[in-house]
Amino acid sequence: MNTFKRFFKANLRQNGMVIALVFIMALFQVLTGGILFRPMNINNLVLQNAYVLILAIGMLLCILTGNIDLSVGSVVAFIGAVSAVMMVRLGLGVGVTIVLALLLGIAVGAFHGVFIAMFRIPAFIVTLAGMLIFRGLTMVILRGQTIGPFDRSFRAIASGYLPGEELRIAGLNGVAIVAGILMTVYFIVAIIWARNNKKKYGFEVLPVSIEVGRVAFIAIAINFFTYSLAAHDGIPVVLILLLGLMMIYSFLTQRTILGRHIYALGGNEKAARLSGVKTQRIMFLVYTNMGLLAALAGLVVASRLNAATPKAGTMFELDAIGAVFIGGASASGGIGTVIGAVVGGLVMGVLNNGMSIMGVSVDWQQAIKGMVLLGAVSFDVYTKKRSQGS
Amino acid sequence: MADVLLEMKNITKTFSGVTALSDVDMAVVDGEIRALVGENGAGKSTLMNILSGVYPYGTYSGEIVWDGKPCEFRDIRDSERLGIVIIHQELALVPQLSIAENIFLGNEQASRGVIDWNMTSVHARQLLEKVGLDEHPGALLGTIGVGKQQLVEIARALSKKVKLLILDEPTAALNDEESRKLLSLLVDLKEHGITCILISHKLNEVSEVADNITILRDGCVIETIDRHHEDFHEDRVIKSMVGREMTNRYPEREHHIGEEVLRVEDLVTYHPDQSERQMVRGVSLTVRKGEVVGLAGLMGAGRTELAMSIFGRSYGQKHSGSVFVRGKKVDIHDVTSAIANGIAYVTEDRKSLGLVLIDDIRRNITLPNLKKISAHGVINQNEEVVAAEQFRTRLTIRSSGIDQVVESLSGGNQQKVVLAKWLMSEPDVLILDEPTRGIDVGAKYEVYTIINQLASQGKSILMISSEMEELLGMCDRIYVVNGGEIAGELPRAEATQESIMKIIMTHQKQSRERKSA
Ligand SMILES: Nc1ncnc2c1ncn2[C@@H]1O[C@H](COP(=O)(O)OP(=O)(O)OP(=O)(O)O)[C@@H](O)[C@H]1O
Ligand SMILES: [Mg+2]
Repeated sequence: MNTFKRFFKANLRQNGMVIALVFIMALFQVLTGGILFRPMNINNLVLQNAYVLILAIGMLLCILTGNIDLSVGSVVAFIGAVSAVMMVRLGLGVGVTIVLALLLGIAVGAFHGVFIAMFRIPAFIVTLAGMLIFRGLTMVILRGQTIGPFDRSFRAIASGYLPGEELRIAGLNGVAIVAGILMTVYFIVAIIWARNNKKKYGFEVLPVSIEVGRVAFIAIAINFFTYSLAAHDGIPVVLILLLGLMMIYSFLTQRTILGRHIYALGGNEKAARLSGVKTQRIMFLVYTNMGLLAALAGLVVASRLNAATPKAGTMFELDAIGAVFIGGASASGGIGTVIGAVVGGLVMGVLNNGMSIMGVSVDWQQAIKGMVLLGAVSFDVYTKKRSQGS
Repeated sequence: MADVLLEMKNITKTFSGVTALSDVDMAVVDGEIRALVGENGAGKSTLMNILSGVYPYGTYSGEIVWDGKPCEFRDIRDSERLGIVIIHQELALVPQLSIAENIFLGNEQASRGVIDWNMTSVHARQLLEKVGLDEHPGALLGTIGVGKQQLVEIARALSKKVKLLILDEPTAALNDEESRKLLSLLVDLKEHGITCILISHKLNEVSEVADNITILRDGCVIETIDRHHEDFHEDRVIKSMVGREMTNRYPEREHHIGEEVLRVEDLVTYHPDQSERQMVRGVSLTVRKGEVVGLAGLMGAGRTELAMSIFGRSYGQKHSGSVFVRGKKVDIHDVTSAIANGIAYVTEDRKSLGLVLIDDIRRNITLPNLKKISAHGVINQNEEVVAAEQFRTRLTIRSSGIDQVVESLSGGNQQKVVLAKWLMSEPDVLILDEPTRGIDVGAKYEVYTIINQLASQGKSILMISSEMEELLGMCDRIYVVNGGEIAGELPRAEATQESIMKIIMTHQKQSRERKSA
């Protein structure tokens, strides 16, 4: 029991977030009379929240450096508008449009990055300017109108499903079921492999009972999730995109030199520079990357709405920032994880979705989300103090 | 026997299971200077933080009795109300504010909420006079040296009607002369009835001014020695601190000095903000294989600026001059290229330049060395743990494990982490800037031993220290730096405190004459 306590304490922040998510899910499952966990709604949760999660991942990196990006909502709208013009007015192909849109996103990010990293203008100001600039440009491009609809293949980004519909297992989508099983196996193998590796180096490992409990929890969560998708239309394309991004960015932040440098830069910029971290370059990369992910989110949003509108993406930056902070990141930089940001994004998503089902008005939804954000961060600060003091 | 002013009884304090203090008793007599000494992590700062209310009542067990009355401080204000003022190990002043503003920070001279600037400046002047600091109260704090800032801290304490002044390593960042000044001020304050608790690792100064020395080891009081007792001398104190006899302060080393490894020619650097101000003025120097070279000089002589300019131009702007490594001219324009050329720099300012305080020991040690433990940019975290653990043991970094956050380490152990991170980089040329600042005698000896080991492995060491004795004990050759220039060079045999001071004096006189001419 003692080791369990220690494990729990050591991972309090991480566990706290997951527990909060489970709690909120359970709460809304009851409040919505069981609608929350219906296959169709699980599917909707993924489709509705994809953009927040994509933005939250990029935003996490910005916040890790101790800064912020206020421009992402406007960039989402801007990229949507430009893509719409390219496809609908200029008649460019979907593939070409996507590539150009992503390149444009990189350029927008690099534009911010130059001012932040090279000219050392505070990111808050640069991206505030970016927020105005790109919202304005969106209006100019769209001339106040909505452009759409798009080709079917473009719409597939946000509302398509993986092929293989004909493969059925007990009347369910076979691809989803198989994917769930494969992922479970992968997790089990990965955990065993890491355990053995640790043992090889003679490090302490978690007791088998905790490890089994953890694996069981993950396995149940994954398979329930894929089962729900299987009972609906299968695996959404955007889910694959999300999982890919989560894996890439988790790996990048936790396992690579680049990731370590980002954390060090946020923890103490001067010390990082004196340790050979190229701080300017990293700052530039982080903001350029944010531009890329904002463009990706822009494509997803345009695809989902099947139109580009001048008001698209309004307040998205706040959703993303909120997700990152609910996920345990520190505003002064150097602390936070991709998984945390994703869990934070899901908390926000479940709140939105649950309250919408319950018919809570949009005004109240805002107020409640604000309170959750404040509560989550206060709880985080409180537990951090507790684990430091006495 | 005079009155007991303060008694601390059975004080025990743990940090998440780790005991920092166990059952400590300490009584302080009114009007004495009490020294508190002990190894890094012995619990000195923790004990004083309890006394001053930084750790509030209830987070520790035991009793504090002040003037016969038991006290339960909830915060620093509670203890300050009684006249207990602490000056922390790391200065707590605001460089962007003026001296006067700093003195009255949190205690503003105001009537009805509006600051009275005349009163502020009059009172500040009086206080500055008391501590013997000849500076304008309106001068920005950041523009005066560390020694003077320390005096401002004391002035600030005096403004609070202090009865018991606690100083946590006040002289760690000061040179010999500044230290002497500060200590005589403490004796002066004693005459005026101010009691003082002084934490220090410089045992010579402790035995100079203290009336009693209390020795802590591993969170326990070992003993308190009275000034008039026959055991009141350094060697005895050291024995009590480290628990064994230490005969030699500087370990022996065989000298095998080889060919030249680092040569700097005509290095010039300008101030980072004032682009007309030359901080390093045409410095040339060499360091050879297996050699320990010292940079001596007064505070503000430009040694740190020089060292950092060599280390990938990490200080200043408009650099010129050339750097040669093993006779080949190298282009060292940033820290990465300095590291790649085998140069490492251990900073004097561990908190703001040396460490990522919110990170753990492991990540701090490996930060400049990630390439060593990774393949294709991916870190092998198990290798990392092994490497960090190895340095933690080798330098005896006192901690609960390599996952302890460095912010919560004692000052001296933080210093060891900074040292570890650069030892791991296995440099050919190691530049050490005040490497023993704030570390205890035992650990100093370990650091000296490491320096010697490195030298006998054929590494080159360039060492800055404000403790002249340390330079004389360790170096094969000493450059004397003054006003951003090399004022002279002394081989080991000719180097003494006097010869170094003489070079500085002559150089100062020369540059004054040059200026007036
Ligand atoms: N906030 C904290 N959390 C965990 N451990 C702590 C914390 N503060 C201090 N410690 C531990 O308590 C012990 C005593 O630390 P303390 O700072 O009192 O040492 P010290 O005697 O002042 O040493 P130094 O001479 O190096 O300043 C150390 O082992 C340190 O790691
Ligand atoms: Mg201390």
